[in-house]
Amino acid sequence: MDPSAQMNLETLTNNVGEWLRGTGPESDIVMSSRVRLARNVAQYPFVSRASEQDRAEIEKFLRERIAMVPAGKELQYIDVGHLEEVDRQFLVERQLISRELADAQGARSVAIDGREQVSLMINEEDHLRIQCMHSGLDLKGVWDQIRLVDDQIERAVPYAFHPRWGYLTACPTNVGTGIRVSVMLHLPALVITRQIDKVFRSLHKISLAVRGLYGEGSQAMGDFYQISNQTTLGKTEEELLEQVGDVVPVLIDYERRAREFLVRETQQNVHDQVSRAYGILRTAQTITAEETMQLLSRVRMGVLLGLIGDVDISAINVLLVRTQPAHLQKLRGLELDTKDRNIERARYLRQHFEGNGPKAAAN
Amino acid sequence: MKCQQCDKPAVFHITELEAGEVRELHLCEDHARVYLNQSEAAGGSPEPKPKGGGLTAPLGVGQTADELAALDQKACDMCGITFFEFRNQGRLGCPHDYVHFEKELEPLIANIHGATQHTGRRPSRPAVTGEPLPEGTEPLTAVIGMRTGMKEAIECEDYERAKELRDRIRDTEQRWLDRPTE
Ligand SMILES: [Zn+2]
Ligand SMILES: [Zn+2]
Repeated sequence: MDPSAQMNLETLTNNVGEWLRGTGPESDIVMSSRVRLARNVAQYPFVSRASEQDRAEIEKFLRERIAMVPAGKELQYIDVGHLEEVDRQFLVERQLISRELADAQGARSVAIDGREQVSLMINEEDHLRIQCMHSGLDLKGVWDQIRLVDDQIERAVPYAFHPRWGYLTACPTNVGTGIRVSVMLHLPALVITRQIDKVFRSLHKISLAVRGLYGEGSQAMGDFYQISNQTTLGKTEEELLEQVGDVVPVLIDYERRAREFLVRETQQNVHDQVSRAYGILRTAQTITAEETMQLLSRVRMGVLLGLIGDVDISAINVLLVRTQPAHLQKLRGLELDTKDRNIERARYLRQHFEGNGPKAAAN
Repeated sequence: MKCQQCDKPAVFHITELEAGEVRELHLCEDHARVYLNQSEAAGGSPEPKPKGGGLTAPLGVGQTADELAALDQKACDMCGITFFEFRNQGRLGCPHDYVHFEKELEPLIANIHGATQHTGRRPSRPAVTGEPLPEGTEPLTAVIGMRTGMKEAIECEDYERAKELRDRIRDTEQRWLDRPTE
């Protein structure tokens, strides 16, 4: 592997990404706000129809052109095509690249800014996918930042555009604005009180999509859910931002009320659940990623309800990512099979919860 | 490949888009007709905007298997993708497909988005020297066809033609790319 890419990955391993910070407005419930834009270079076929040589040329063209604009000068490139499987998985867990880019073929890369707020995927489903992510609820901040990056790149790259259809994308589901606005929410109380399905059915009616954080299907792991717009054509970017943004305060309100209900009506019960979750995380000898996420989710809620005192939220956010399979292996510096990972994960968690609580936020 | 609902060979390969996920169906002619009729009926319901939207629903309406087959063979003159390939993969081949297959894509896009006109941001292309560039990038996308033509000309040893195409590609790209970026 290219030594500079290796260095980038080491830096990432030891840093805390933007969305893990656990800060920003409403960060007790909103994990992160994200916007992505799908763009294509007009003079090449879309990725699925591009030859190996086309893909290499597209990659080179975009890198050279993006380097000409101010926003492009602060980016570090990682050549995803030449990464080991574990390193690709690492970037997926970090939410810097999609599973699709990780599993794709041929020339492809990701460019990341130093704060892990902006990432550009080259040769995913579209030639260019620009993503911007902030901690907490900050869609306006994200939009202002990504708009600037997009404008600058457009001065150097002729994005495929049609007066009627807007920005042209490989899949007609993204055509027009090419925008996907999404907000990641932590909704444990709505899950415990069994109101979550009802909430999601009403979201589908206003054409918003809901999906779990890491789960492939609709089953969300650890009560983390992502809400995003389904349509991209016929509304302006601002209207689509509003469509998602308007529903978030409502969901926050539901979740807060459900949390209050739990404390008021089932005080002992919820305290018991949270304490047991915390107990398992501090003492287990072997533990899966799924169970870890589920328990961390409950502990996170417990901390926010004041039922656990000596843990801070950003430390839990960090553990949510660092206990994922590839992160665990990168931190340990070893390839581990599932059984050994479960042992290592339990060891890592015990170490972090020892004494005066996790130190994960301290770097 | 066998039909997913009986033992006859699957001749229809249908791609449905639901909530951004691609679902593939492989059906024999009879089951395809049943399926398409169902989609058509569903499309006629009073629901103002179906969520997700299907790639096939608009195609099923009153079209015979022959018509569908003819449509499937229609190919883009830039990237060469056929409508059949698009329906199979759920991905278009190049930006020109939105022009070449506009008539076929229109009902599909209306179904997915509930709209057929972009109202969001548009590129600004300040005129620097010479003629200002158009808003749409069709003239630049034409380069894809020129590149294919150039390769073919070289294979046929028609170097005159190849050279002419190479110059046209260079001129078009220069016109679109030589712009100040700061
Ligand atoms: Zn059949
Ligand atoms: Zn094409």
